[in-house]
Amino acid sequence: MARDASLDFALWVYLTEGPLLWLTVTLAAYAVADWLSARAGRHPLVNPVLISVVLVGGLLLASGTDYATYFEGAQFIHFLLGPATVALALPLWEHRALVLRSALPMLAALVAGSVTAAVSALAVAWAFGASDAVLVAIAPKSVTAGVAMSITEGLGGNPALTAVLVILTGMIGALVVTPLMNGLGIRDYRARGFAVGLASHGIGTARAFQVDPVAGTFAGIAIGLNAVMTAVIVPWLLRIWLS
Amino acid sequence: MIGSLAVILGCQLLGEVLARGLGLPVPGPVIGMAAMVGVLWLRERFAPPVLAGVEPAGRFLLAHLSLLFVPAGVGVVGNLEVLAAEWLALAAALMVSTVLTLVVSVVSFRVVARMLGQA
Repeated sequence: MARDASLDFALWVYLTEGPLLWLTVTLAAYAVADWLSARAGRHPLVNPVLISVVLVGGLLLASGTDYATYFEGAQFIHFLLGPATVALALPLWEHRALVLRSALPMLAALVAGSVTAAVSALAVAWAFGASDAVLVAIAPKSVTAGVAMSITEGLGGNPALTAVLVILTGMIGALVVTPLMNGLGIRDYRARGFAVGLASHGIGTARAFQVDPVAGTFAGIAIGLNAVMTAVIVPWLLRIWLS
Repeated sequence: MIGSLAVILGCQLLGEVLARGLGLPVPGPVIGMAAMVGVLWLRERFAPPVLAGVEPAGRFLLAHLSLLFVPAGVGVVGNLEVLAAEWLALAAALMVSTVLTLVVSVVSFRVVARMLGQA
């Protein structure tokens, strides 16, 4: 017996008008991805952010849903990024003695890492013949999305391109950091965490917390410090580069 | 849990007001993080009963930090065409720069730590 097509349509309209459907889909996709990640012993390639994004993105493409509709549901999760950033104070406070003792190594890593992040991205993109618009968009790619977008916007670039590059940088950092640091023989979790927070912001920090609480703590500090550092050096660097 | 969330949101609100009000280059939530450190100091120093349960919401958020990046990550799927024109330059720049930044940061950290005699 055929179901009433208009009834199905009415149901679909109801679901796509409210935030319920895509909020549920996002949580369910993450639950599956986190379960897989745990099953794989938190293997770096079984990254829960990447798996969730592929699952949800696939569903959006398959159902022909646009991002604005999806975001009406997902915004409630996205909003929690701000409070989570504030919450980074908890591990910071817990490890405050170790953090204070590490002030000088962090300062060295901040200056060297922040300059490397911007200059190397500019140099490689430029060597491949990228346009000025791309150079402006890629220079702040290692900092947290909101800051990176406002830097690009301030320089007359395209913040939407920057947002995509920032997220991809986060994913790359989260995927490569563990094998890279193991290969370099670095066992200092302060240094490993600080590096991944600096190079790939919150997505790198989420990975750091999976590996070690001290690494996560230092990654969180690096997000904040690099946001300030990059906001200062990138506009200055780009004016020299593009002149 | 609710009181804890209210404290966190209060810190973020203070951070946003300061960041926007003074036109600072620091994101509001990062200033909120500093404010939250102040709250934790107050709790340690004076132990007011109102701040006793200030941790649960923050711990919960940090335990699922990966989830919070999913909506932004999905945005990439819908915007891949912005990469199309110069995807090779972008892919090369992101890969090389991210790996190089990780290496330079971690090595700088370790060199100075070793100079200070830290293991």
